[in-house]
Amino acid sequence: MSHGNMNLTLKVWKQKNKDSKGRFETYDAKGISPDMSFLEMFDVVNEQLISTGKEPIAFDHDCREGICGMCSMYINGRPHGPKGGITTCQLHMRSFNNGDTIVVEPWRGAAFPVIKDLAVDRSSFDRIMSAGGFVSVNTGNAKDANNILIPKDDADTAFDAAACIGCGACVAACKNSSAMLFVSAKVSQLSLLPQGKIEKQERVLNMVKQMDEEGFGNCTNTGACEAECPKSISLENIARMNREYVGASFTQNKK
Amino acid sequence: MASSSKLNAKIPEGILEDKWTKYRSTVHLVNPANKRSLEVIVVGSGLAGSSAAASLAEMGYKVKVFCFQDSPRRAHSIAAQGGVNAAKNYQNDGDSVYRLFYDTIKGGDYRAREANVHRLAEVSGNIIDQCVAQGVPFAREYGGTLSNRSFGGTQVQRTFYAAGQTGQQLLLGAYSALQRQVGMGAVTLMARHEMMDVVTIDGKARGIIARDLVTGKLQRHFGHAVLLCTGGYGNVFYLSTNAMGCNVTAAWKAHKKGAFFGNPCYTQIHPTCIPVSGDHQSKLTLMSESLRNDGRIWVPKQKDDKRKAKDIPEEERDYYLERRYPAFGNLVPRDVASRAAKERCDAGYGVGSSKMAVYLDFEANMMRYGQIEANKKNLHNPTKEAIRALGKDVVKEKYGNLFDMYKQITDEDPYEMPMRIYPAVHYTMGGLWVDYNLMTTVPGLYALGEANFSDHGANRLGASALMQGLADGYFVIPYTIGEYLSEEIRTKAIPTDNEAFVKAEAEVQERINKLFSIKGTKTVDYFHKALGRIMWEKCGMARSAKGLTEAIAEIQQLKKDFWSDVRVPGEQHEFNTELEKAHRVADFIELGELMCKDALNRNESCGGHFREEYQTGEGEAMRDDDNFAYVAAWEYKGESNFELHKEELKFENIKLAQRNYA
Repeated sequence: MSHGNMNLTLKVWKQKNKDSKGRFETYDAKGISPDMSFLEMFDVVNEQLISTGKEPIAFDHDCREGICGMCSMYINGRPHGPKGGITTCQLHMRSFNNGDTIVVEPWRGAAFPVIKDLAVDRSSFDRIMSAGGFVSVNTGNAKDANNILIPKDDADTAFDAAACIGCGACVAACKNSSAMLFVSAKVSQLSLLPQGKIEKQERVLNMVKQMDEEGFGNCTNTGACEAECPKSISLENIARMNREYVGASFTQNKK
Repeated sequence: MASSSKLNAKIPEGILEDKWTKYRSTVHLVNPANKRSLEVIVVGSGLAGSSAAASLAEMGYKVKVFCFQDSPRRAHSIAAQGGVNAAKNYQNDGDSVYRLFYDTIKGGDYRAREANVHRLAEVSGNIIDQCVAQGVPFAREYGGTLSNRSFGGTQVQRTFYAAGQTGQQLLLGAYSALQRQVGMGAVTLMARHEMMDVVTIDGKARGIIARDLVTGKLQRHFGHAVLLCTGGYGNVFYLSTNAMGCNVTAAWKAHKKGAFFGNPCYTQIHPTCIPVSGDHQSKLTLMSESLRNDGRIWVPKQKDDKRKAKDIPEEERDYYLERRYPAFGNLVPRDVASRAAKERCDAGYGVGSSKMAVYLDFEANMMRYGQIEANKKNLHNPTKEAIRALGKDVVKEKYGNLFDMYKQITDEDPYEMPMRIYPAVHYTMGGLWVDYNLMTTVPGLYALGEANFSDHGANRLGASALMQGLADGYFVIPYTIGEYLSEEIRTKAIPTDNEAFVKAEAEVQERINKLFSIKGTKTVDYFHKALGRIMWEKCGMARSAKGLTEAIAEIQQLKKDFWSDVRVPGEQHEFNTELEKAHRVADFIELGELMCKDALNRNESCGGHFREEYQTGEGEAMRDDDNFAYVAAWEYKGESNFELHKEELKFENIKLAQRNYA
């Protein structure tokens, strides 16, 4: 079934599971429409592969509207592809030209082992959240919401940090595979708000400790994370987290 | 009409306003020491699942959470855009618990249970309090208080929001609470696991069979109670605003194990979605209902008008919602707005290349906001361009992410030309039948959030899905589960080598073997698309006895074709997304048949269920309260065989009336 006039060559990373060795395989993507999303292009290729008795390419995806954070392709050397501010599922084929060769890899990083082909294991992010990415308030403890007044600017800045979708593009973009942008976004959101201030010291120390244990690298202020983040999470969050961390380290040592 | 003896809704006695308070204060409790030995399985990690799991773990129960995604944070609640309703009356515009209750019953076209809906309205305020305490960054005013906006079907401002990402922020709040419990060891998290069946012993739910989606291995898990928080089944239509992985499998397996399915035909078609662009389309994208606060919907007055929107003068535009429904205008409920769009397009007034779209236009309100900003800034005689630029900034702050998303998908700039929109499948009001405790007809098996049928009747109002998911998880199940578990404190954990577990696992294995053995010629997606076409054409926005009868036969044939000609590549013991899809599509096919049968049985129009034979002269839905004021709860009796049980809906506090938004 033909959908459009674009013909492309794909070089895609194939890897059976985390213990096996991977390699690039070449596929033809024929009859592609510029209105298709990048993942719909993969759907078309996979349908063709299955119909001809071959194995489809495994990749993670779910909402296909740029918010769940599940899709995760490293396209021509950039997480989520050539356009800024969007996820792979929001990338459309009109961003490519007929005849292009496109190289597609999974996220790389010691803390993101490959599960199969383009799908990786990002459970390390969940464990970092368990270490401190919360306010300790049980259901039923809350007072009337308008008893906590929050300056609009603080609420807006906290929201900008909270917009992180946990996709891991920051780690994939970083030459050190650092997760500082992800961790700092949650630390910032909660430390900017009065609800989160009470536990801010334990939070930053515990989350950073878990981040290190998971095998993420250190931050060398390159800024690739911010440049590649589909939600434009700011490097300022890393600065804020560093300040919180230093402050917490000094205070905690005195206790 | 009397309710079926098989359905006991367990609605507490007493006057409506006191039912929940009194019930909550007298429901049986489980003491803290006993909670530690009671195990609860939660399937699904969206708003309902995460909030329930976190709350139950906080109370001391041992909880296991399953989700098919790689992290609980990916559940599709994350994509909800517009907001969450609560009867806080912060805007001093006359809101109250009663008004939220009334709007919800009326919006649902008088097909929901009064007691459940009133409880929902009562706890709505607590949800906002809880979320704020967790650090959810809701939109605020300059004075530091919370901000509100309007949604369809209401005349007050009761919707709380976080830009166009309210679902994301609420889910991340619930996910944080969940991960806190995981860190403390109170919750065991099973991500990338899919529930394949419910295990029942002596008629009670006692656990599940799950498949580890990475290794492909089948697993047995025991629980004293099982909570299905697995969302809706809109993907039965193939194209919907649901995530690709959303499915009915958990609910359908429960149905086949004895849980009755309530009102399966009630589907919500959302009026404002980005139109289909081609046959490669894998999903549809919603443009939040909140846009109808500031966007005006119109089509040209002239058929097949080829001019650009900008070139069509004001007097040649038909703002058909404002014309037909002056009291609510662009903010009529979703079912009404969707049908009105379909009516205009079917009559030949649609816009865009496919002619299956209408305009959603922000120009007038951009100018209005611009003027207000100019006044605030004390600008004298600003140019039209300056006013527009100021207004554009206001619109950008309110809806920026939605406008960006629209541009990304369509390659058109909605700040410069109106959006083109068309209705799409968005939500399913139907779901597993539950009693007041949220328990299904299988003891110990519960359904929460979109997975149950309970609160939205035949049409859900905007910003009420988030409210219901969190109400069920944070504030209802923590109390109502005690009614059942207090009787289970003597039940020791049942070893999973029990024959019921062995048998259930063997059945799942047999089905997997069967799927691989077919080695047919067609892909899973082929069947899913074929099912979607039948459902959209014959069980979509308009239904008829003739079309539904045809659809049932076509679906039965499709089922035969699926089981004789599907091709599932790869192996079981690996990460195999085609196998996952095959299970889900097989269940969707069976559900599709039941949906059509339910729609055929309901000889009336109500809410999202519109039967062409039953409409007023003006084309409005015509209910038949004498014969259909009931919940249709279907019992599975074997292949293609479903028995109807009726739960009579008693309206003791609200007078039944023809819905009127004019």
